[in-house]
Amino acid sequence: MKKSAEAGRAGPSVRSDCRVRFASRASGGIDIALESRVASMYGASIREEAARVLAMLGVTHGSLEIDDSGAVPFVLAARIEAAVRRALPGCTKRALPEPIDVVRAKTRRRRLRRSRLYLPGNEPKFFLNAGLHGPDGIILDLEDSVAADEKDAARIVVRNALRQVDFHGAERMVRINPLPMGLDDLDEVIPHGVDVVLIPKCESAVSVRDVDERITSLLAGMEGDGIATYLMPIVESALGVEKAYDIASASKRVAALTIGLEDYTADLGAARTAEGKESLWARGAVVNAARAAGVAPIDSVFSDVGDLDRLRAVALESKSLGFEGMGCIHPRQVRVVHEAFAPTTEEVEKAKRIVAAFEEAKKRGSGVVSLGSKMIDPPVVKRALRIVRIAEGEKR
Amino acid sequence: MSAGDLVKNAADREVPVTVNGRESVPFMGVGKFRPEGRKAAPPVATCADYPSDGNKLVDDLETALRKCSLRDGMTLSTHHHFRNGDLVANALFDAAARIGVKDLVWFPSASFPCHAEQLKHLESGVIHHIEGSMNGPLGDYCTRGKMKGLGVLRSHGGRYQAVQDGEVHIDIAVIAAPAADPFGNANGVMGDSACGLLGFALADSQYADRVIVVTDNVVPFPCVPWQIQGNHIDFVVEMDRVGDPEKIVSGTTRVTKSPDRLLIAEYVARFVRDAGIMRDGFSFQAGAGGTALAFAIYLKEMMKDAGVRARFIRGGSTKYLVEMLEEGMTDYILDGQTFDLEGVRSMRENPNHVDTSPFTSYNYHGKGNFAGIVDAVVLGATEVGVDFSANVVTHSDGKLLHGIGGWQNCLFSKCTILAIPSFRDRIPVLVDRVTTLVGPGELIDVVITERGIAVNPHRTDLLDALKGSDLPVRPIGEIKEEVESICGGAPAPPVLDDDVVAVIKWVDGTVIDSVRRLAPGSP
Repeated sequence: MKKSAEAGRAGPSVRSDCRVRFASRASGGIDIALESRVASMYGASIREEAARVLAMLGVTHGSLEIDDSGAVPFVLAARIEAAVRRALPGCTKRALPEPIDVVRAKTRRRRLRRSRLYLPGNEPKFFLNAGLHGPDGIILDLEDSVAADEKDAARIVVRNALRQVDFHGAERMVRINPLPMGLDDLDEVIPHGVDVVLIPKCESAVSVRDVDERITSLLAGMEGDGIATYLMPIVESALGVEKAYDIASASKRVAALTIGLEDYTADLGAARTAEGKESLWARGAVVNAARAAGVAPIDSVFSDVGDLDRLRAVALESKSLGFEGMGCIHPRQVRVVHEAFAPTTEEVEKAKRIVAAFEEAKKRGSGVVSLGSKMIDPPVVKRALRIVRIAEGEKR
Repeated sequence: MSAGDLVKNAADREVPVTVNGRESVPFMGVGKFRPEGRKAAPPVATCADYPSDGNKLVDDLETALRKCSLRDGMTLSTHHHFRNGDLVANALFDAAARIGVKDLVWFPSASFPCHAEQLKHLESGVIHHIEGSMNGPLGDYCTRGKMKGLGVLRSHGGRYQAVQDGEVHIDIAVIAAPAADPFGNANGVMGDSACGLLGFALADSQYADRVIVVTDNVVPFPCVPWQIQGNHIDFVVEMDRVGDPEKIVSGTTRVTKSPDRLLIAEYVARFVRDAGIMRDGFSFQAGAGGTALAFAIYLKEMMKDAGVRARFIRGGSTKYLVEMLEEGMTDYILDGQTFDLEGVRSMRENPNHVDTSPFTSYNYHGKGNFAGIVDAVVLGATEVGVDFSANVVTHSDGKLLHGIGGWQNCLFSKCTILAIPSFRDRIPVLVDRVTTLVGPGELIDVVITERGIAVNPHRTDLLDALKGSDLPVRPIGEIKEEVESICGGAPAPPVLDDDVVAVIKWVDGTVIDSVRRLAPGSP
């Protein structure tokens, strides 16, 4: 059995993180050694927090070395817990930080999801201010952005962030790992308030149902008014695209279907180009499958963060294909994406007139909606309602 | 290094009544201190004592210093036009050490990390103390109480005021120049070490007893434009190199890529627009920091959209301001220093890119200064208190880390904006009481962070103007509390001694605060 272990990162280039080394021992109580660039300001509180975390984990004897680069309390606690659980794999206790008191946005199955901002799950420095950039959703990623041997540590820091970070009204999303590892991710994070789970590399309805079942058992009795966990499967392969409708309709929790183009084009054996002709069919297929299943189609990400003009063009094309949003890998992309997916002023004005005519007809008890001399068909009303909803959502 | 008796000044800060053997006036409030008497003056010279052919070249710096009768206890000044690429200040004190003098006062217009070499002269006693900004190893040395005299930190305008008022007497000024002729005319726009202008050396050329120009680029008379006039100059020295061009100005100035800083910059630009400051004929000042640059870029787009042009922009200039000048979006750049090669080129070629000095822009003891004419200025800070007062010189751990620069002088703008992150790496920037008071809260109008915009309650006009704007205007205390909840509570104050190691001058020469020695064993 391992008796000592490290977790976290430190060094001149590291911000808002720390490296801790824990060694357990049979006697002698707790020793805490601290190096910190904020020692004069927070040294005492770091020692206090460390002792508290060790006590919650049931550690009574051991030495802890902390090399701190400005980690805030929930990060410090996560790193200590990760080191202790690595050193003592039998440890079943958890050091959950007190949940902070924030107003969480109510989530719904149908909701504005123009942008979802990916944050690497093991880089807590990006968490604190992400919500200030106003994305519709924030994804704490446990999958591709986390190294294989850091999955355990990332889960803990993501869990703590769900309890202690204010995401300023963005939907709280977690991208888990492909199953079966993804089920372990769910165990750690689901009880702490996840609005949407992204299931990567999804190729079958079965994996969606497995995720659904695990969430349902973890949340038994906890879901209620405005609190629910939805799913956004990501198809990233030729098989996934073929199964898109099955995936999108596999569970009532599925709220949206999205596509991962890097993996998809690799699977096709095609190069990913700026024009995106190679994925045009797959994107169309995803839009169609999502609509057929009654969920929102959401596009992939655009990976050149320096080229906002190209991003705008890609996002406009995406909207024209029927997508409702796309992923962002940098906060600067959020606004461009929101603008691109926003209906134009003319679209909004026209939609408002149609909705007003629809309300008017309803008041009269008439099923016939007309605007000027034109009759308005029900699907047009439906689209107008969606446009008005999106336009209203922007004022959030 | 005893500072003697301390008294509480009008800002409720304890300050010494004597500084390095001279009586000093505690801060009395903004605009309250009345200067008396006449300005200082250098000795009257006669051209009969100087070479009639105008050739003042001597062999080297050591020779020039000997000819200036360098002796123990003198005050020697240098300037920071070459920023972190300066080779002259270090060479000056190396030469003084070879001559064998002691207890000199170094009076730089600012010091940079490259001046850490002066530590050896502080330790050997060649330098007694520094009156100027101290950072890095020099700041650490001072804050730990190792310097023999008190550090004195002044703003750029305060430095001019201190020289002009006779508070600091410069025995020998050494002006490093990118170009000079043998008569001593000098400028900053020509040569490998071109830095734009030499405004920080103006007071020294006018008031020092002896003035030496050092250059690596001697041109035949006349060296024009003569930003420094040879009639003030005693000797000219040619050195192989006076500066490291790569560290003097950057080839290209980079805008921040930090999303949080871009957000702050965008809030600042939207504030300037929505508060009605951005209108035809307005003026603003923004430095070369990443956030300030990004602000200028956002503002430019908003000016274009609104069809608005500025009358003038105050530099530190960069290529972004130069573009605005060349695109006709401002009539003038009034420049204090140039930060990149485009700034230098524009200053050399464009008559509407005007060089200024601390006398014209900042000196509080003059018949007006430009600072108060500027409609909006965007500045930074290391700490801001809930009363809007701010610190730019020390870190929250009590260590000196920055100079004041023109910061204090700029506070007299019609709208002073501090653009700051609300915390840095777990260290809150918004605090109950700043560690060191450098700027009184009554002069700071707006604090803009990534978490919201706090308007000083006394600026009801700005608050009214912002009604209906969708900017996140919030009370400063509310933002401070949010930051403390993220950082895990308020930071513990630094553990400091009673001993004073440096004083902070206000723009009128009064003492606004003291810097205390760090307790032994502090990290």
